[in-house]
Amino acid sequence: MKVVALAGNPNVGKSTVFNILTGMHQHTGNWPGKTVDNANGIFKYKNINYNIYDLPGTYSLMAHSKEEEVARDFICFEEHDLVIVVCDAVCLERNLNLVLQILEITDKVIVCVNLLDEAKKKKISVNLKKLQEILGVPVVGTSARNKKGIDKLLNALESKKFNPIEVKYDDNLETAIANILPYLEGKTKNLNPRWVALNLLSYDEKLYNSLKDYLNFDIFTDEFIKNQLFNIKREIDLDIVNTITNSTVKKAEEIANKVVTFNNKDYNAKDRKIDKILTSKLFGIPIMLILLMVIFWITIKGANYPSDLLFKFFSWLEKYILNFLQLINTPWWFSEILVNGIYRVLTWVISVMLPPMAIFFPLFTLLEDSGFLPRIAFNLDKAFKKCCSCGKQALTMCMGFGCNAVGVSGARIIDSPRERLIAILTNVFVPCNGRFPTMITIITIFFVGINSNNIFLSIVILTLLILLGIFLTFLVSFLLSKTVLKGIPSSFTLELPPYRRPQFLKVLVRSIFNRTIFVLGRAIIVAIPAGAIIWLFANINIDGISLLNHVASFLDPFAKAIGLDGVILIAFILGFPANEIVVPIMLMAYMATGQIIEFSNLESLRQILVVNGWTLTTAICVLVFSLCHFPCSTTCLTIKKETGSLKWTLVSILLPTIIGIILCFIIKQLSIFF
Amino acid sequence: MFLCDMKLGNKGIVKKVKANDNIIKRLLDIGLIEGTLVECVLKSPFNDPKAYLIRGATIAIRDDDCKEIEVDLL
Repeated sequence: MKVVALAGNPNVGKSTVFNILTGMHQHTGNWPGKTVDNANGIFKYKNINYNIYDLPGTYSLMAHSKEEEVARDFICFEEHDLVIVVCDAVCLERNLNLVLQILEITDKVIVCVNLLDEAKKKKISVNLKKLQEILGVPVVGTSARNKKGIDKLLNALESKKFNPIEVKYDDNLETAIANILPYLEGKTKNLNPRWVALNLLSYDEKLYNSLKDYLNFDIFTDEFIKNQLFNIKREIDLDIVNTITNSTVKKAEEIANKVVTFNNKDYNAKDRKIDKILTSKLFGIPIMLILLMVIFWITIKGANYPSDLLFKFFSWLEKYILNFLQLINTPWWFSEILVNGIYRVLTWVISVMLPPMAIFFPLFTLLEDSGFLPRIAFNLDKAFKKCCSCGKQALTMCMGFGCNAVGVSGARIIDSPRERLIAILTNVFVPCNGRFPTMITIITIFFVGINSNNIFLSIVILTLLILLGIFLTFLVSFLLSKTVLKGIPSSFTLELPPYRRPQFLKVLVRSIFNRTIFVLGRAIIVAIPAGAIIWLFANINIDGISLLNHVASFLDPFAKAIGLDGVILIAFILGFPANEIVVPIMLMAYMATGQIIEFSNLESLRQILVVNGWTLTTAICVLVFSLCHFPCSTTCLTIKKETGSLKWTLVSILLPTIIGIILCFIIKQLSIFF
Repeated sequence: MFLCDMKLGNKGIVKKVKANDNIIKRLLDIGLIEGTLVECVLKSPFNDPKAYLIRGATIAIRDDDCKEIEVDLL
């Protein structure tokens, strides 16, 4: 088994290469830092098994962020036979910077110049042969999206010609390296002694400690070397990190000048034109809003019909299931739990969730793949800066629309730990896909009217709700920055990648299989036991009243004060495992029979709610509370994992809940005046 | 002139890179060193951040982060 590491800048198609090689369908996105963990996969070529690791995308190995540290530590300290560095042919010069840095650590490098198709479109040509001569390691050209050049890449895995170029530094620094090298002889394991020497000179504490662990000896315990180092450093008296970077960047520039030809100087004119519109003062923000509304419109409009069909299908099927259960003589309580508990919750979740997700996720993936999302971060950064947080938070918010847990782990793209924590704590204010169906159903019933086709109104209301969420995100970020998470905004550099035409079919397949099935699967796993538990809750009677109603009436006084009722509140609490089942629980509780009623259309749903005392205020409060309450269990677990702190997980639960309660209370009190 | 003062379409050569340590590291990563050709290509709706073409890549940088980076206009 050979171990291969896959390195590269963000957004160069690294994950695409990884997927083709391993056949694994890992999602690739068009923003920095998509590969959150070290994904690994196995493939076989010419009877050799390869274990390949997809490292986080990084611009350098200087380890300024968590991701760079992961990538650097893997390349430096993990056993591997080869490193494939994926480069962007369109922007080769900057990519070469990383190549040179990696070549300094290890010889066994294959350079994979990807996105040759994009480069060709922009009339940029790369002389791969010459590049190979200069770098002294195998260079292959690919366009991974079209699966071109992968055979050459596989071939190169067997290459034995590694004689990499060495970047020459400032004379003083070179002398210093030469002076230290003899002391390191035979002590650096697989690491290039020259690289170790350089890093001893530039001394980074974190790296030094990792180095110590890896080499199993502390170089500085040797007084002689320590003194040598100290003397040398004093003598050359220059900013070593700066010198190293400058030399590498200049070398990259020099190489790029030799191998890259731009046949059209204005190759990114088209992108610029699009950017000018999408980020303009006048249209930038409105376009984003309109796009958001269009996506909702397509989702709501498109989901209605299939949702209805699914409902009809499941209620048709139910009769047959009941007949069958009677036929095989199952005890009544068992078929009750099975059909009225599990089956109905499950089919509700599928009917309500599947269609909007199957539409929303592909649309969102299209946006992601086109390269639009970083522009959102660019447009909104100023507002985030005012809140002392990071523009990249806009990206994690976008991810949150799909799933808050994804948004939370996506916050790793933010360098500053403080700003990252803010992004994590506020992500829940973006309603995720599990909450949309609830919101949409309630909006349709109470604001738009079932028979009216005024879909526009429901979209406006939904958008207002989301704007409220965004406003709360800013407000809470600001308040956190001024209180418990005090700090000034850190730096913000964000690459705006070139627009790429998304591959529609692939997007469709990928988003349905990777995301929709995944999220739905999770909901189903939760819905099955939840269905049974809720049924029991609703059917175990004490003094002739169900347990559910007991708890509900206990919560009722408090719930009424914030515009809800006991049933709604308990539905939210029981919906902790997955927000999708909030409405089914409510219905089950409202029905004295303790089961979700059969309901063929939304009108019957409306009647149940109205009979149980719902007013316009109730509906508004439910909407607001579903926007602002504790995150679902998966998200909480993710927050715990990402922050590593129980305290912050608790804050992430309490913060939105308290805000939700306050908002609902205010709404309820105001409603008295109308 | 400083990088953050560049107007849309302005091109320049970086003369001196000065900023706090964190930012400098980031800027070095993307290849912004002395002698680098930069072009101001985009402004966000609120004018800050701006995006610059640096070594073939479009990079958004906040005004505050590049207010001490000296540039010679071309």
